[in-house]
Amino acid sequence: MEKRWVSMYVENQIGVLAKITGLFSGKNYNLDSISVGETEDKTVSRITMGLTCDNLTYEQILKQLNRSVEVIKVLDFTNMPIHKKELMFIKVNLDSETEKNEIFRLAQTFKFDVIDYNGKTAVIQAINNDKENEQLIQLFENYFKNEIEVVRSGSIAIEKI
Amino acid sequence: MKINGAELLVKALKKEGVDIVFGYPGGQAIDIFEALYDEKSIEVILPRHEQALVHAADGYARSTGKVGVCIATSGPGATNLVTGIATANADSVPLVCITGQVPLGIMGNDAFQEVDIVGITRNICKYAVTVRRREDLGRIIKEAFYIARTGRPGPVLIDFPKDIQIAIGNDIYPNEVSIRGYKPNRDVHIGQVKKAIAELNKAKRPIFLLGGGVNIANANEEVQKLIELTGVPVVTTMMGKGAIPSNHKLYLGNLGIHGSYAANHAISESDLLFSIGTRFNDRITGKIEEFAPKAKIIHVDIDPASISKNIKVDIPIVADAKIAIEKITEYAKKLDIEPWVKTVMEWKKEYPITLAHYSGLTPDKIIQYINENYKKPIVTTDVGQNQLWTTQFIELQGNKQLLTSGGLGTMGYGFPAAIGAQIGNPKSRVFAISGDGGVQMNIQELATAVSLELPITLIIFNNEYLGNVRQWQEMLFKKRYSSTHLKYRRSIKEENANIPYTPDFVKLAESYFAYGKRITKEEEIPEAFKFADEHKNAPTVLEFIIDSKINVSPMVPIGNALNDMIMQC
Repeated sequence: MEKRWVSMYVENQIGVLAKITGLFSGKNYNLDSISVGETEDKTVSRITMGLTCDNLTYEQILKQLNRSVEVIKVLDFTNMPIHKKELMFIKVNLDSETEKNEIFRLAQTFKFDVIDYNGKTAVIQAINNDKENEQLIQLFENYFKNEIEVVRSGSIAIEKI
Repeated sequence: MKINGAELLVKALKKEGVDIVFGYPGGQAIDIFEALYDEKSIEVILPRHEQALVHAADGYARSTGKVGVCIATSGPGATNLVTGIATANADSVPLVCITGQVPLGIMGNDAFQEVDIVGITRNICKYAVTVRRREDLGRIIKEAFYIARTGRPGPVLIDFPKDIQIAIGNDIYPNEVSIRGYKPNRDVHIGQVKKAIAELNKAKRPIFLLGGGVNIANANEEVQKLIELTGVPVVTTMMGKGAIPSNHKLYLGNLGIHGSYAANHAISESDLLFSIGTRFNDRITGKIEEFAPKAKIIHVDIDPASISKNIKVDIPIVADAKIAIEKITEYAKKLDIEPWVKTVMEWKKEYPITLAHYSGLTPDKIIQYINENYKKPIVTTDVGQNQLWTTQFIELQGNKQLLTSGGLGTMGYGFPAAIGAQIGNPKSRVFAISGDGGVQMNIQELATAVSLELPITLIIFNNEYLGNVRQWQEMLFKKRYSSTHLKYRRSIKEENANIPYTPDFVKLAESYFAYGKRITKEEEIPEAFKFADEHKNAPTVLEFIIDSKINVSPMVPIGNALNDMIMQC
């Protein structure tokens, strides 16, 4: 079982996302993250998918995606030089002065910004690769005693020049 | 010229060469039927249930090689198509299914007879699309026919909202199609062919495995030439039966969990498995880890996703079967494999598939009568023991003769498929072979066959049981016949009580103004078929009373390797 990254060009039409995700659920494939957005061509969307599977299943997934009429092109990003980033928000209630000071100090050391703050609650924004964001979540869980609220966009990726 | 959407559909059907459509009207399809009403070049067939409608279109498509066209209304009309679409999808049958839909403006509001049929069928068809703009209609229909019949064929669904059907627009139907996400490859990669040939020439125990893809690609003559040139023995899947004539001297029969001893053992012992147009379904592989354990595997298929899906393949060749076989034949030569051929032929002679351990009226004798008395008939089957016996014993000369739901295993398929086959092949003798269970799933189609004056012979093997499940219960579930006895009466507990079977199939046939005959003895077989032959303008039901204890043999119990078979069940 290995982590893989797939980038796809698909028709920008109603139901295409359902077709792709339906393929994964119907064929019992595991999907870690998926993010979709329009491209420079309004008729085309680009999907970035993260998945974890063995080699045989991965070969099947690529073939199944390729044979879908709605899928224009499939790129295997797993071992390609790419830029890959994920946007993450974390909201956390800060109970003590120590916690309030901590969050601004952490922001100077780790890669995130405090984008909203009212003296009791803070929202941070982090644009990292998915592993770094995982580590940030760990960090917040260790530093703050209140439960944190996490929203992640799923990664998007583009080939390096 | 300005015409409405329904009229453009009719124009498109004509341009695609469609002369038969299978249709069932309804509120949201009424404009389509209105447009079809004056079109003399297209005959609309009205089955009595939408499920039978798709199976009929499927039988028409399989037996003619043309695209089958279905038209149904929205909601329940559309959902009744679902089983038939999934059946066609599993067996790579080209269909274009058009469903009426509520107007775009109220879609999603749970309108009367509204259902999200595109959402429902997304995973069971090749492509499904809703027409959302009148100006896209021509292109969408053109693409649907193209997608259905090219590459690995399959069903395509067009959801056609009422307001688009009546919207006035241009009458342009495009001649060309270009779909950026769909470019099926047909041509063969010569490098792969040479690799395959190198392995074939080295092999001491090679075997050809032919699937339904050979029949779909019409590669029958080509494959026979290749087999005779190399002298390599050949087995088929259920869907591949007929790929070469059943009486060919190098043919060992079907493989699989009810395959022949020779076919299964040849696969298990082979050192080179040359497979064409199959997807290694679990019904042919047995225990997957022990499938063809000594063999290098070459696999020709038009669908890349069918390669290395179930079985890891050593040399994949993605191409149309016919084109690939022609190219392979160019490079192939006679192989020096005499001891191997001798071995497999001894197996074939020593262990034929037989029901000789049963006496009296047995299914093999009925099928044998067809083999001996009819030239190139079309035979459809239902699903269960009737299907297994038919595919074991029927002798075929070529493709498009045997129509069976091999992939999905849909009960109720056989009789409506025979209706489609007879419509597409008016001169052919068509037999539908069914069980007493499956035939009741679409028995209402007797009305269709009578109204169209089709001389189909519907053969029912009546053994009072859902026989295939009964066989499993007998062999694997301690004879606990849970929900399989069709003669059950709630108040009668003793076994072998004299209960009449329901329905009386002969009376049922007669009530539809079809002909019916019940056959209980082996000697009555010839006269029964002669009785059916007399009726040139109406269907005949022949109900053969079969002992419920007759099982399908041989059998590979689930979980066993292919060569680990029970020879007499």
